[in-house]
Amino acid sequence: MSHIQKALTHGLTPWQTVGPFFHYALPWEGGNTLVGSDVSGEKIVLIGQVVDSDGAPIPDAMVEIWQADAGGYYHHPDDPRHAEIKDRDFIGFGRCPTDEEGFYRFETVRPGPVSGPGNSVQAPHIAIGLFGRGLLRRLVTRAYFPDSPLNEADPVLGLITPERVATVIASAEPPVDGIPVFRLDLRFQGDCETVFFDV
Amino acid sequence: MDVLPYTRQILSEPPSLYPAYTSTVSRSPRQPLVTIPQTLTEVTGPMAFGDRLFRPPVHDMTRQGKGEPLGERIIVSGRILDDRGRPVPSTVVEIWQCNAAGRYIHKKDQHDAPLDPNFTGQGRITTDEEGRYRFITIKPGAYPWRNHHNAWRPAHIHFSLLGRGFATRLITQMYFPGDPLIDIDPIACAVPPEARQRMVSRFDIDTTESGWALGYVYDIVLRGRNETPMENVK
Ligand SMILES: [Fe+2]
Repeated sequence: MSHIQKALTHGLTPWQTVGPFFHYALPWEGGNTLVGSDVSGEKIVLIGQVVDSDGAPIPDAMVEIWQADAGGYYHHPDDPRHAEIKDRDFIGFGRCPTDEEGFYRFETVRPGPVSGPGNSVQAPHIAIGLFGRGLLRRLVTRAYFPDSPLNEADPVLGLITPERVATVIASAEPPVDGIPVFRLDLRFQGDCETVFFDV
Repeated sequence: MDVLPYTRQILSEPPSLYPAYTSTVSRSPRQPLVTIPQTLTEVTGPMAFGDRLFRPPVHDMTRQGKGEPLGERIIVSGRILDDRGRPVPSTVVEIWQCNAAGRYIHKKDQHDAPLDPNFTGQGRITTDEEGRYRFITIKPGAYPWRNHHNAWRPAHIHFSLLGRGFATRLITQMYFPGDPLIDIDPIACAVPPEARQRMVSRFDIDTTESGWALGYVYDIVLRGRNETPMENVK
């Protein structure tokens, strides 16, 4: 145990499940729409189905996303480029309960690349948090884009065994009203079980 | 760029798979988690953006209907701190709970107990500069669930916290002191005993208001981080 942990004065409050009855409290109208009409960048839709280890859809889960804007800026004071942000209306956070078929859906923009550890660059990605009845704690993963040349050298993708990398790369679906649709299912099952991260 | 990471502390956390809580069996990863470094993505996150993120604040959950809800009025207050004891100011605290009879206002709650037309059981506020929050609500009832024979959840209030970064997110449950159901509840017991106690509020006579409501104090500790990068590399 490092001296950092010894220095902690307060024990962390543990996680508990969000349970099945969060719908009156947590989701909000428009919580899955991150963009207004005048947002800069390429509008996209991110969808996916949440599936349990028996292959059944999970209709009472909740998905949250966090992402940079189209320029790769996080709307947060710890982003060193925060002062330069041009798109003040884009926050980059969304929350969506899954529907009866286990689907989540967000309207957002394709994020730009952001800085990674050392001198590395992270390919465009959307951080995902998954919550639900039966999930004692949040599960974290990411959605990457299938057409990004930066995926090859992404420092996080590089930590995943090659045969599982595909589980965090969204697939391109047919566009709807000219807006590109990307799909990333979140699965607890078999060979295509989603890679979840300890952050 | 390298970032200041938040504490990695998993010893006190429940595992994803805890078979006594039967729903975890089909809803947990079979493969181990892949450890990744915290990057700009994880240390940034949604801070308080006010009404653009959330619905209007509700701190008095007994004033949401035409009349007062039934049950025992209580005050629940405390501070949101990091693990160095520093307050987490201006962070969103969202809570939800069942009514005094043990029933949620939710279409999927089938418990045969009455709904209360004056209670929706949800509130949200942001903490002040010292990380403080305060709700007025009704003491929730225990309720049965179908996990195993004669299974009952201890009385609890669900809490959702954002903190400063994506990495500091926390959803937990607040329990009440002296509740005999806590130590036989598979959800609470998924957390090791010492850490489990951190989810139990304490009765506080100074928070209690004379002639009006009992007060409970519940402090929540989120992952924190060092001030300077140098401390991290030592
Ligand atoms: Fe509950």
